[in-house]
Amino acid sequence: MSFTARAGEVLSILGPNGVGKSTLFKCILGLLPDYTGNIDINGLDASGLKVSELAKQIAYVPQRSEPVFNFSVHEIVLMGTTNKLKLFSSPGKSARAKAEQALEKLGISELSNRCFHHTSGGERQLVMIARALVQDTPILLLDEPTANLDRGNQILVLEQIKVLAKEGYTVLQTTHDPEQSYMFSDKILTMKDGTVLSCGSPAEILNKETMKSLYGVDMEVSSLFDDRARFCVPVSVISDEN
Amino acid sequence: MDRKNIKKTETQYEIMPKEQSAMNVQDDKIKKIPPHRQLAGPSAIMIFIAILIICTLFSFTLGRYPVPLKELLAILGNKIFGLFQDAGKFWTEQMEAAVWNVRLPRVILSVLVGACLSAAGASYQGVFQNPMASPDILGASAGAGFGAALAIFLDFKHVNITLSAFAMSLITVALVFRISNYVKGGKVLGLVLAGIMVSSLFNAGTSFIKLVADPNNKLPQITYWLMGSLSGAKWSDIRFVIFPMLAGLIPLLLLRWRLNVITMGDEEAKTMGVDAGRVRLAVIISATLVTASAVSVSGMIGWVGLVIPHMMRRIVGSSYRWLMPVSMLGGSIFLLMVDNISRNVTTAGIPIGILTSFVGAPFFILLITGRGERY
Repeated sequence: MSFTARAGEVLSILGPNGVGKSTLFKCILGLLPDYTGNIDINGLDASGLKVSELAKQIAYVPQRSEPVFNFSVHEIVLMGTTNKLKLFSSPGKSARAKAEQALEKLGISELSNRCFHHTSGGERQLVMIARALVQDTPILLLDEPTANLDRGNQILVLEQIKVLAKEGYTVLQTTHDPEQSYMFSDKILTMKDGTVLSCGSPAEILNKETMKSLYGVDMEVSSLFDDRARFCVPVSVISDEN
Repeated sequence: MDRKNIKKTETQYEIMPKEQSAMNVQDDKIKKIPPHRQLAGPSAIMIFIAILIICTLFSFTLGRYPVPLKELLAILGNKIFGLFQDAGKFWTEQMEAAVWNVRLPRVILSVLVGACLSAAGASYQGVFQNPMASPDILGASAGAGFGAALAIFLDFKHVNITLSAFAMSLITVALVFRISNYVKGGKVLGLVLAGIMVSSLFNAGTSFIKLVADPNNKLPQITYWLMGSLSGAKWSDIRFVIFPMLAGLIPLLLLRWRLNVITMGDEEAKTMGVDAGRVRLAVIISATLVTASAVSVSGMIGWVGLVIPHMMRRIVGSSYRWLMPVSMLGGSIFLLMVDNISRNVTTAGIPIGILTSFVGAPFFILLITGRGERY
């Protein structure tokens, strides 16, 4: 498979379960070193980078993070600064200020002293994004950032992601929601059987042919609000009701 | 309006209207979100240092031979800084001997052993992401016990018993590492499982030595060693363990921020630039070194490594940045005070291992059932 993600763009990766989206992310993150092929990050070969060097290029927001111990939100975000620390040092004043700034930017500074365990799903996702932001990397990888979130929180998170891309981040996210990826991304990559099915602008990708070949389900795709949104409805629903 | 929807009025229950009660419960939940940290790290460290100094001085004055505080300070001043030479001495030789040769090594050893066990417990809990981990998780205690039992059985001298316990402890953990490489599944799980198996094997070995040991002198000595005790602490013990202890404690202090990141899991840690495998190995080696040193001079002292880090989490929060130093100080204070009870309650002295269990187990129950944060 081959694709390029550019700065200032949100690239959404769509694909059925088990197609290899997470595996792809793990390869990019250097967690699965034994891949064949080439991952090029701003002109650097990813396989030649050390863990610490890679963490200066890519920040990762996991789908779900369950810390065993009861850290405060501030401490969790502070962990993102580790990529700039020497082996034996702890984050100092400037790192703490940076963590607070990131929380402020995402509008959750009031959570700073809260226990991570006492935050809601949406807040957690924003906290993890804040942690990725303090890593100061050009690239953000988000693994299903809106899974487990309610509709309101999903939109909150997606809007923030879009803002970050506008600021110049290269954003890659996996998702299971074609409609949202239509609204909130600049480019969509679809994956099937471990390889790229199609890649292009949301308008090119979100149609009933791609949905059928991607998910194996017949869907009608209708355009709404001057094609600013598209809506996928399974054919079975429409025909049953008729 | 009462906080709860059911209010007890003498013998009958009054049930409030459903809607009201539902709203109240919500309010209650919002208020209940507690502030994360009760005490800021640096102040906690200062307070614990102060408590440790006071406890140390207090421990010197305790004992069957009374030494008043004034004489105590003078003796220490004389020995350390060369004050009150010759004619200036206003204390007796017995006082000097009691303070310098008996109490001081014992106090130093309790402080060191307490710090080591507590730091090792906190470290293992972090690297294994398991709040129930304790210093003996990789078999360090079981190995030391076997080494000591074997040495006593073979009629070794005091120093050689310590040496044998220390060596066997390290050998055991090395064996656990070796076996864990062949365990299918995760690295951490492999270590923990291998730790359980190898510990059990060495405990069986210890039991066998106890079975065949001379029941009149060897068996009581082995049993007493296994119970854990700081009585008979000597300067030679301190000289023996101080270097391995420092060689372990210092890296644990230095790596404490990385340890924080590791508790988030290996993959997340790597994406934040922490080489989880290497840091874990360094932490495990350091923690094993301090555990082996502590156990080889004190015998089996349980609960310190489990209870103290949890207690300290309540005070300074979970971040190892403060938790590690505060756990060391807290472990020292705890063991010092328990040892004071051990050597002063009865003339024979209750082995400290028994006391830490008596104090630790109920305390832990209180900790896990009490109100407030989990862990």
